[in-house]
Amino acid sequence: MIDLIQQYWQQYLWGTAGRPTGLVVTLWLTAASLALGFILALPFAILRVSKTRWLSVPVRVYTYVFRGTPLYVQLLLIYTGMYSLDAVRGTPVLNAFFRDAMNCTVLAFMLNTAAYTTEIFAGAIKATTFGEIEAGRACGMSNYTLYRRIILPSALRRALPAYSNEVILMLHATTLAATATVPDILKVARNASSDYYLPFVAYGIAAILYLCISFTLIWLFRKAENRWLAYLRPVSTR
Amino acid sequence: MFLEGYGPQLWDGTLETIQLALLSLALAFVLGLIGAAAKLSRNPWFSVPANVYTTLIRGVPDLVLMLLLFYSFQDLLNRITDAFNQPQFDIDPFIAGVCVLGFIYGAYFTETFRGAVLAVPAGQLEAGAAYGLTGHQIFRRILFPQMMRFALPGISNNWQVILKATALVSIIGLHEVVKAAQDAITGTSSKGASHAFIFLSVAGLIYLALTSLSNLVFLLLERRYSLGVRQSEL
Repeated sequence: MIDLIQQYWQQYLWGTAGRPTGLVVTLWLTAASLALGFILALPFAILRVSKTRWLSVPVRVYTYVFRGTPLYVQLLLIYTGMYSLDAVRGTPVLNAFFRDAMNCTVLAFMLNTAAYTTEIFAGAIKATTFGEIEAGRACGMSNYTLYRRIILPSALRRALPAYSNEVILMLHATTLAATATVPDILKVARNASSDYYLPFVAYGIAAILYLCISFTLIWLFRKAENRWLAYLRPVSTR
Repeated sequence: MFLEGYGPQLWDGTLETIQLALLSLALAFVLGLIGAAAKLSRNPWFSVPANVYTTLIRGVPDLVLMLLLFYSFQDLLNRITDAFNQPQFDIDPFIAGVCVLGFIYGAYFTETFRGAVLAVPAGQLEAGAAYGLTGHQIFRRILFPQMMRFALPGISNNWQVILKATALVSIIGLHEVVKAAQDAITGTSSKGASHAFIFLSVAGLIYLALTSLSNLVFLLLERRYSLGVRQSEL
């Protein structure tokens, strides 16, 4: 057990300068997929609540398909499925993109988390009090100004608790990257486990690391909620 | 040929997925009820372990837990059989899959049920006690039917997550849909053209069909459990 830790602690945390592994890769994967997913989800959510059907229906189909299938299947489809297509292998740009495991993983994670985030944001946008929107209209705001000044600031705040859930789920979902040979914490744990044949220790360390990240994220979101949702807190009776 | 002759394997895989998901659901459901009872208990001997269970399990990714529990348990078993000079005993991956999935999602069900129990007005339970109902009768006639109404959205959510989590069990060697698709890919790849995209899409569509079907079932259940709830007309 001591040998395993001595041999692998650096790989569990950050690996070497040229080849990052473990915790650093997991954090990077989580942050990259969430950031890209967020950028994708915001316009999608606005389209999703649109009254124009040809705008909202495609988004609805997208979220339905991505939320109705396992992320593992999506990842396999993007990682092995896409590369088996002649059209992809024949195009130099696509070939280079889909050959890299990291690209495929981030693409799959981004599309998956964007689908869930779209639904969360769309729900929050729909929950905006109609009076606020009417007031904005009465002040002569355009749709763009209305979204920028009235709807999005309050909707994103209200989405915070549900979004924090999605962030934790995304962190947990990054473990699938190990199946696509991306060297995240779980991949290091698998290597360590097969090297020393100590599955409990090897995976136990991984579990503790993930637990620490989860708790840190929960703590950060609690702070964020205290800051941005303070106005929604029930009035203290003390 | 239709699916290159791998249709039966994919069908068997689908059945395996459904069995796995349903059995895990049953186990998680029972664990969730026990966990919620323990978590709501005033006795710290029950509530503290239940709190540790839900916090630890929900803080660690399901795939890590799956590998941790599956391989450590097998390792432990090997050490025991070695110590007694017995032949090695391999855990059946199906039973292991059900136990691990049930154990993990039991923690999520615990939270769902705990929230639902708290949503039942305490006055109704007190009224039951005032009528002289026993604890069991109060649970069966007052708490459970109403709790189910509040818990149903959460249960439906957890069920979809379990159904999708069964895809991970192929990693510990179970022959469900994803594994069947992967076997079909390796089986056909020798003949030149790879069918990876087609087989994986089929696997995805099977999951989509299963989640759509369960959406329908939950819609009907919701109708059943919200009998007698007055809805305001907008």
